[in-house]
Amino acid sequence: MKFRRIRKWLPGLLLVSPSIVAIGLFVYGLIFWNTRVALSGKHDEVTEYGFDKGKNFVDLWDQPSWPGAVKHALLFTAVFVLGALLLGAFLAFLMDKGIRGEASFRVIYLFPMAVSFIASGVVWRWLMNPAPPQRAVGFNQLFDKLHLGGLGNSWWQDPDWGMAAMALPAIWQMSGYVMALYLAGFRSVPEDLREAARVDGASEWKVYRYVVFPQLRPVTLSALIILGHISLKVFDLIMAIAGKQIITYVPAVATYVEIFDRHDPANGATIATYMLVAVAVLVIPYLVWSVRSERTR
Amino acid sequence: MTSAEAPAAPMWRRLRRRGGPKASAPGGSSGPWRYVKLAILLAFVLLFLIPVYVLVVTSFKPLDEADPSSAWSLPGSWSTSGWSAAWDTLKPGLENSVKIAVSGSVISAVLGSLNGFVLSKWRFPGADVVFTLFLFGMFIPYQAVMIPLAGLLTDMELVGTIRGLVLAHVVYGIPICTLIFRNYYVTIPNELIEASRVDGAGMLRTYWSVVLPVSAPAFAVTLIWQFTSMWNDFLFAVFLGAPDSWPVTVMLNNTAGSGAVAVQYNQQMASALLASLPTLLVYLLLGRFFMRGLMAGALKG
Repeated sequence: MKFRRIRKWLPGLLLVSPSIVAIGLFVYGLIFWNTRVALSGKHDEVTEYGFDKGKNFVDLWDQPSWPGAVKHALLFTAVFVLGALLLGAFLAFLMDKGIRGEASFRVIYLFPMAVSFIASGVVWRWLMNPAPPQRAVGFNQLFDKLHLGGLGNSWWQDPDWGMAAMALPAIWQMSGYVMALYLAGFRSVPEDLREAARVDGASEWKVYRYVVFPQLRPVTLSALIILGHISLKVFDLIMAIAGKQIITYVPAVATYVEIFDRHDPANGATIATYMLVAVAVLVIPYLVWSVRSERTR
Repeated sequence: MTSAEAPAAPMWRRLRRRGGPKASAPGGSSGPWRYVKLAILLAFVLLFLIPVYVLVVTSFKPLDEADPSSAWSLPGSWSTSGWSAAWDTLKPGLENSVKIAVSGSVISAVLGSLNGFVLSKWRFPGADVVFTLFLFGMFIPYQAVMIPLAGLLTDMELVGTIRGLVLAHVVYGIPICTLIFRNYYVTIPNELIEASRVDGAGMLRTYWSVVLPVSAPAFAVTLIWQFTSMWNDFLFAVFLGAPDSWPVTVMLNNTAGSGAVAVQYNQQMASALLASLPTLLVYLLLGRFFMRGLMAGALKG
């Protein structure tokens, strides 16, 4: 009897096993290996792997560029996540009841997602050209033409708020996606629920406030997780717009610099481990919740 | 909280409007408010299209119109010199990108389909744990595997080759592809699978004759999704590639990134457009499927 049950599921396990092995090795095995490198104290390419008891995780904070990289990543995340979330939700709210040409609006808001950050970085670097209007292309030039010269600024080269400007292309790229998520969320609120509230005399605003918005919490959570993990990993965009400059240094760029320019595997691996932990804290509870709630419904 | 909808209704389906047009919905889309909404939406359309205007217009400008003061005007004379220069520089990169993205997305889709089938319809004990462990692989920052991955590919003599890049893309694409197919296959009624089992069909036979014939939409979603992300990838390419396997993103970044040469905006913009055309075309022609891939990424299928 037991044997027959095993015969029932064993082929399935066998069919998935190549992927299990691949994920086991390439994701979990390599993460383990990377952590070992981070703990190895191997700061050049010739010394042997040792073990420095996690000293490097502390020492990293004494590096002049690292605290800045963390600060940049946090500012970028705050502006990008909030911006994309609010804009996406707002656009979806406007489209919720159906609007003439809705399909075309959706296509236009979403197309930036199909473009790589490397390609859009080319045009955003042009748009956010920090030079004064006589020499500038992009927005600074446009503002000058529109007699709004006062709006001209140094964009991503601003020492304090540069990363907020850096978030603009990312918002442009991702808010259409958030819009699509919210639109699906709005549309999944049963019409009878709204109707019932209206019958009870609720104004249209109150219908949204007390009936529709509360139903959107799972969507907001999904959007937050997705935007958040993209944001913590941001790399292409920074490389395309600013390259490896210290003023826009973020952990992902730091990993690259430590590995390729400074030839310091231990530092590169340590930064990568910090990134992994940041993402894991965000994603693991969400994953467990997702898979569980799907099983129980 | 999500119990309102049946698990059989994937998120993308919900985008369609229930019932007919709701122009008559109470308090909603009638009167001036409707035009206000339309105006705001149109204003955002203009904002969203600014980069496109700049790309197209600048790419067709001859070099002597590069003066900042005319940056936002239409070209005085339309020139394709930027485009031909872009084509010449990017051609090897475009070829590599085609090779990587086409072969990679096909392998990904096949793997995803098999995995998704087993994890939804031919489950084994612990299937959910395996699935959750897979999913985590979708979110990890790839920097956290890059140093040992480069070492591993070097040992396999795959570092710097197109095959090495395809391998990396396929392996780290397993989670999302499995997810898309699994979410699609849960909509197949279990009775169909059971009937096939009762008829004495084994796993592969059931997959082949019951599941695969209805899989076309999920294949389309996965192929498009993987094609797009492989085409647009920069991270793997820059860590694991080499000059003769660099895809178009790296080539584009190399030509655009160096401040050494005088800034040839027309060629840069043409290059950026050229590098984006394949994915843009896929999006415009098959946007429906692209959308479904996006929704799958949100997990709550």
